[in-house]
Amino acid sequence: MKKVFGGPAIFLDRADINTDEIIPAKYLTEVTKEALKPYCMEDLKLEGFDPQGERLKNARVIISRENFGCGSSREHAPWVFEVNDIHTVISESYARIFRQNMFNCGMLAIELPKADIDALMALEKEANGAVDVKVNLPDQQVVACGNGREVSFSFDISPFDKALVDAGGWVEYADARY
Amino acid sequence: MGQTTAEKIFAAHLRDEPFPGTKVLDLDRVLCHEITTPVAIADLEWRGKDRVFDNTKIKAVIDHVTPSKDSKTALQAKMLRDWARRHDIKDFFDVGHNGVCHALFPEKGYIRPGFTAIMGDSHTCTHGAFGAFAAGVGTTDLEVGILKGVCAFREPKTIRVNLNGSLQPGVYAKDVILYVIGQLGVNGATDRVIEFHGPVVDAMSMDARMTLCNMAIEAGGTCGICQPDMVTVDYLWPFIDGEFASKKAALEDYSQWCTDADADYDKVLDFDVTALEPHVTYGYKPDCVKPVTEMAGTRIDQVYIGTCTNGRIEDLRQAAEVLKGRKVSDTLRGIVSPATPKIFQEALAEGLIQIFMDAGFCVTNPTCGACLGMSNGILAEGEACASTSNRNFNGRMGKGGMVHLMSPATAAATAITGVITDARELK
Repeated sequence: MKKVFGGPAIFLDRADINTDEIIPAKYLTEVTKEALKPYCMEDLKLEGFDPQGERLKNARVIISRENFGCGSSREHAPWVFEVNDIHTVISESYARIFRQNMFNCGMLAIELPKADIDALMALEKEANGAVDVKVNLPDQQVVACGNGREVSFSFDISPFDKALVDAGGWVEYADARY
Repeated sequence: MGQTTAEKIFAAHLRDEPFPGTKVLDLDRVLCHEITTPVAIADLEWRGKDRVFDNTKIKAVIDHVTPSKDSKTALQAKMLRDWARRHDIKDFFDVGHNGVCHALFPEKGYIRPGFTAIMGDSHTCTHGAFGAFAAGVGTTDLEVGILKGVCAFREPKTIRVNLNGSLQPGVYAKDVILYVIGQLGVNGATDRVIEFHGPVVDAMSMDARMTLCNMAIEAGGTCGICQPDMVTVDYLWPFIDGEFASKKAALEDYSQWCTDADADYDKVLDFDVTALEPHVTYGYKPDCVKPVTEMAGTRIDQVYIGTCTNGRIEDLRQAAEVLKGRKVSDTLRGIVSPATPKIFQEALAEGLIQIFMDAGFCVTNPTCGACLGMSNGILAEGEACASTSNRNFNGRMGKGGMVHLMSPATAAATAITGVITDARELK
């Protein structure tokens, strides 16, 4: 099933957020995605970030820096986002496996240049964290609104990644084709 | 234009190119463990597609938490075990026969030059040591691999790393790869294959080459690759002697996967490692590396020797050589986990286990255990571990714990003194 993209954003202003920080290994003993829900980014230590806070609870989009999702191949990282209704990550770049896992789950890992992420981070400060993001997939546009101001950026998505999102994930795509 | 090893393997395994740049490859191996496979199994059942594409190409092991430590890990093990039985997967390794996947599967001869392999485990890049393309993937890729025997990749470019000169005594593959990661950075090889070349690699055993390739992912690399040569053939010979008339014939065949002289690289890096010192990590990223001399004296609470990086027989020999006749400091505890039952038995036969035990080490069964903070040696808050593993992320071995990555020799020396120590200084 095709996912819904966009909504309130949470900002993680640091490079190299790793999958151990997104979901610690001690929770890899769960055999359902739902069971991961309370532990989203539990071990992430970042100024102003509270894993138990309202801001994360309300977030539907994550905005971050370079090499997001590095480290372990655990798909539990995209899953813990998925079960918390976070279907979109926007960052400067990704670790390969995390990025693939997002699209394989029919979710979006959008890459924007550093200048665009800088502008989004600036908007966050200006809006005191209250930034809402709209994702227009057909036009490949991200529109962020905060403090009565709107900024928009276009992004690239490969036809394969788009096909995965449209199909609802890699299992659906591969099963129909191979 | 010539081709790199990865390009040759991609060309030989190409099933489909649904869009330019997206290559769907046929898989020679789909490797499974009990942490990332059960969710794939459950999803296949839920979809009414509980099938496997080829039960001889799928290999499975319970290795991350074994024997199971609680009801949850017991369920994970049971799900993998039941599935392996249901589909008659003969190469399934359970308690008594199991070991760390990236040590066990190569040891069984499952990985050959020119093969494609995936596993739901980021350190699958280890198997590139055999001149194979092996990549860590998530559970969805694994699920499709199990069902269809294919996986999609953006064809990676290759970074060539030439390791020139020769290693000084007491300096090992682990020191080389820590240094290289320090140079590349944690995303310096993202979407890239790292090919290792040069006299230093040529002189390395398969154990050492696996250590090298194991940490390619710590620079973001899709796979680490060594060129197949006579060392590779010698290692595989017990498994391939029926396939080839002679080792020379095997080498000739495997050489088809070697990179062409005029292959195109993303970049070429030359390192002369003759003056390289043992290296150790500080901080919470694997590219935070320093020579051991600059880290000497750092207090340590636990020493952990084992894992898919450095739990092989050569690693245990190097550690035991330092430990022989010495005692673990009473300010820390030492844990050693031989990576497979075969390695454990070899270590017993060679008297290495005796040396570890005489020194005061706890010897555990083969398991991934403490490396990722799941069992057998988790750190308390504020504690530091000198570890031969591959990741030092914040909280990796337990919330609030610090991990310093190093070679087995450096870890052994550290066990004796209680602080990070250059093993060469002990002699």
